[in-house]
Amino acid sequence: MSEPTNTFEPRIVAFFCNWCTYTAADLAGVSRMKYAPNIRVVRLMCSGRLDPQFVMAAFAKGADGVLIGGCHPGDCHYVEGNYKALRRVTLLKRMLADLGIEEDRFRLEWISASEGDKVKHVVNEMVEKIRALGPLDMPGKHTHWDKEMEELEAHVNHSQKEIPAHAH
Amino acid sequence: MSNRIGVYVCHCGTNIASMVDCKAVAEYAATLPGVALSRDYKYMCSDPGQTLIQQDIKEHKLDRIIVSACSPLLHEHTFRNATRQGGINEFFFQMVNIREHDAWVHTDRAKATEKAKDLIRAAVHRVPFHKPLEKKTVPIKPDVLIVGGGIAGIHAALTLANAGKKVYLVERDATIGGHMAKFDKTFPTLDCAACILTPKMSTVKTHPNITMWTYSDVTKVEGFVGNYKVTVRRNPRYIIEELCVGCSECVEACVFKEPKFPDEFNLGLGKRKPVFLPFPQATPLVAVIDPETCIQLKTGKCKKTCVEACGDRKAIDFSQKAEEKEIEVGTIILSTGFKIFDAKRIPYYGYGTYSNVFTALDIERLVNASGPTGGELVLRNGQKPKSVAIVHCVGSRDENTNKYCSRVCCMYSLKLAHLVKERTGAEVYNFYIDMRTPGKGFEEFYSKVSGEGVHMIRGKVADVFLENPADKSGRMIVQAEDTLLNIMRKVPVDMVVLGVGLEAQADANDVRRQFNISCSTEGWFLERHPKLAPVNTFTDGIFLAGCCQGPKDIPDTVAQAGAAAAEALALIDAGSVELEPNTAFVVEQECSGCKTCIPMCPYTAISRNEDKKIAVINEALCKGCGTCVAACPSGAIKQNLFEDDEIFEEINGVLAHV
Amino acid sequence: MPTKPKIGFYWCASCGGCEESVVDLAEDVLMVTAAVDIIFWPCAMDFKKADIEAMPDKSIVATLLNGAIRSSEQEEMAHLLRRKSQVLIAFGSCAHTGGIPGLANQFTCEQIMKYVYEECPTMVNDQKTHPQTHFKDGNRETELPVIRNVVRALDQVVDVDYYIPGCPPTPKLLKEAVLALLSGKLPPKGSVLAPNIAVCQQCKRNDSKPQDISLTEFKRPHQIIADPDICLLAQGLPCLGPATRGGCDAVCIQGNMPCTGCFGPVDNVHDHGAKILSYLASTAAGKEEKDITKTLAGIPDPVGTFYRYGLAKCLLRGKVSQS
Repeated sequence: MSEPTNTFEPRIVAFFCNWCTYTAADLAGVSRMKYAPNIRVVRLMCSGRLDPQFVMAAFAKGADGVLIGGCHPGDCHYVEGNYKALRRVTLLKRMLADLGIEEDRFRLEWISASEGDKVKHVVNEMVEKIRALGPLDMPGKHTHWDKEMEELEAHVNHSQKEIPAHAH
Repeated sequence: MSNRIGVYVCHCGTNIASMVDCKAVAEYAATLPGVALSRDYKYMCSDPGQTLIQQDIKEHKLDRIIVSACSPLLHEHTFRNATRQGGINEFFFQMVNIREHDAWVHTDRAKATEKAKDLIRAAVHRVPFHKPLEKKTVPIKPDVLIVGGGIAGIHAALTLANAGKKVYLVERDATIGGHMAKFDKTFPTLDCAACILTPKMSTVKTHPNITMWTYSDVTKVEGFVGNYKVTVRRNPRYIIEELCVGCSECVEACVFKEPKFPDEFNLGLGKRKPVFLPFPQATPLVAVIDPETCIQLKTGKCKKTCVEACGDRKAIDFSQKAEEKEIEVGTIILSTGFKIFDAKRIPYYGYGTYSNVFTALDIERLVNASGPTGGELVLRNGQKPKSVAIVHCVGSRDENTNKYCSRVCCMYSLKLAHLVKERTGAEVYNFYIDMRTPGKGFEEFYSKVSGEGVHMIRGKVADVFLENPADKSGRMIVQAEDTLLNIMRKVPVDMVVLGVGLEAQADANDVRRQFNISCSTEGWFLERHPKLAPVNTFTDGIFLAGCCQGPKDIPDTVAQAGAAAAEALALIDAGSVELEPNTAFVVEQECSGCKTCIPMCPYTAISRNEDKKIAVINEALCKGCGTCVAACPSGAIKQNLFEDDEIFEEINGVLAHV
Repeated sequence: MPTKPKIGFYWCASCGGCEESVVDLAEDVLMVTAAVDIIFWPCAMDFKKADIEAMPDKSIVATLLNGAIRSSEQEEMAHLLRRKSQVLIAFGSCAHTGGIPGLANQFTCEQIMKYVYEECPTMVNDQKTHPQTHFKDGNRETELPVIRNVVRALDQVVDVDYYIPGCPPTPKLLKEAVLALLSGKLPPKGSVLAPNIAVCQQCKRNDSKPQDISLTEFKRPHQIIADPDICLLAQGLPCLGPATRGGCDAVCIQGNMPCTGCFGPVDNVHDHGAKILSYLASTAAGKEEKDITKTLAGIPDPVGTFYRYGLAKCLLRGKVSQS
């Protein structure tokens, strides 16, 4: 059990491919496996559809973690979309690290349609790791960053009274 | 202009409602921008539920519909239909999964309810970007490919052929018949397996609508539902099938006077020559020459007495090469069967070490009149056994091997107990964990066999060891804890029969990759839905029959084969199939012609228009994975149903704080 | 005599190259000066902030502001010019997407100051003196602008009407923008005044690019002597042309240097760097993670490469500080 003071509930956006991982998550449901309620799945047809922009958007909009789920290597419903995902994710991981996003916040997992238990295991593990890291809260950080401008904006807007266009 | 979105929150009886406060979710949804109407309802998939959507579209002028219920893989089409019948484009619909992905997997009602709100909010953000789309229709080629010629493939082939459809039945062995052809009797009726199977086999051979290719492998599968292009390799059997009459004269005449090589059909219990017929009712009744043992094929230096014997028929052709056949079919049925558990994996049962330990399938051959002993059930020394132990659950219900129950072993073990008793009069001891007889006439069969004096011992066999350690073909002691009497039993027997379980074929993974379907962790081909689509796969137009999907007995296999045939027929008779319009397209004026997308496509659907110097996607070839969309550096490729805007808004929506 | 439209130029955090491109208009600059009244151009002519403050709101037809916004002074001028201008144009990469100064968003202000005033090899500063924003000496008191913690593109500070991309913008684009402005034929607000199509479309080497590259190695410009006629990506150089807005006539590539992305993304792209990443990773070969990693190791600095001109407009806006 988490400390009563630790009310932080990580928000994880997951991008699951339709054929393997989304189906595995369905299977976890049908099998009534229980896992942490912190994950929100966005369904894509293939992990190859994963545009790294989606990951950036998810983090920027407030995700504490992003999980990508695709078919195992060699098993892609679309032959090799998952290899393309792997190439993108490999580079994206490095870039996110350079941008200060902790490694545990971004994860790629191959989960086949029959691996409902792996969905459960991966989600639970990821939630706990991110819980330990604490919130990422990019929207909050951006708001905080922009606070430094508030004072001046008010100053410019108030120091000058309206000069109408026909003053001259 | 803002949308008028209708949101429906399904209770699914108590399936969702017990873990998600559906009323609160619906009330919350009503507060979201663009939502004109929000309801919760007991069963959205019911007729009244669907009618509700249709009425609301008309009465409340809804232009977008969101149903939060089960998985879209289950009911998306249901609600798309309802949306269409309500009078708006069916792709203005979005499904939210709050059952499999929410209510069923969480235990905290408040958090599950929050999650449902988040997911619905994502959809509310998404749907304004939905565009009206049309499903494209593709014709279904009427021919069917069936892979695997066991009883499942045979039955499916005959069903389809009798319905007037052209069937290609591809079998990798030299004969069709599969495992069933090896059985002596079938439980619980004790029908002679050959008597009921071989007529079907010969009908397959002679049926005008069936092209039967034995000794053949599927090497390549391309295309999609209704339009599969399949390459089949016909391996050389060095006998011209059309010319051979199955007279066996070549076998007689072979330079090997005596059969010398382990006979595969009899699991190595008997011997064959390099040229042979697998068994008397083999179909096709055509000889095969094994290139590994044939002197002519190995050395090129043989008197070729077989050719002499064949004479004018000239059916023997040592220069035969593998031949590739390309066929176009609309649907495919996989009936590739199973393999038996390798009993050597449990060394303490002595299989392969003690000469009188057999698998159940070995015994099937030994009691079979066409088997290596002519139906005499004898020990290796040729004597009849006086006591026989039959061990159930070998490689089933075992943490160390397979956890699942193989379903057929209790019944065939009882059948073998009956046959052994009948043929030898031996004392028979069946060691079982639980007696599983859930089938028509099964329990009655158990009673019958019990009544015949077979000893039933409830206990998992812990060990099989030699009475005289020096004599590996001597008597054995079977040790088990009798859990009914709570004593340790040590039963001396002459013969041990292992009730081996069923496993997925060794190459099941290769096969499923070839056909682009999924496997369970045990290697069984995965059905689309365990209850509602048990013979469908996740790939449209590919169906499953028989044990490739999981262990089952003959009646279930035949029933499933019939179902698979019916599914194929339904597609063929519909003539065409509607495909998801989730294809990608290039926005011409935004394409810089950088060619990044072209190698992304596994289906070569993207090409370059050399006049315009831009990429073009052939919609007919596109399968909608979206890989090119993600790669396009200009965002000039869009995927219907999964446009960037739709996904970005889904992300925004799911994360927009309450 | 009717008054000519008033035009302003201003320079914030940038190198000044953008204003150089005004001069690069060559003879055309005469056409511009004949048509407009330049009422504010601190780098070329003497104007005071007070002059602008005294002007009526919206009395400047258009201000072309170059440079990112890094200091309170720049911020203040951005607000002022926004207020006085009918049309505010972010002029050049820095104002458009944060530009090279935006790369500073990988570091905190303290890190930068400490490096520049203490750790930099050319710095001798035993007392570790840092610049102060407030200075008092007797009766004299001076306020200096505050350096902000974050570098911003112009539209992250004030409302922007149009963008002229480029580091620097080409004189051709500038001229077209001025002509559009004078003729009133401006596209919808928020537009980038350059074609919404990537560089490859204008690149003369386009035809030389093979359809499938599958690079097993990325190279850096100094490592090879590039063939002047063959697609640079095909030669292993991570050319960002496919992912970068055109309109530049592919001048860098004509000069045998790969595109580094200064025009920013095309309209459909939300995050330039992420899209570049997706495209380059898609071009890489390999199925095993170690092979892929090896191939992609040829891009040693993803952030610096993919967000060279656009880190301020990256969806994350910079490095996530651990604080």
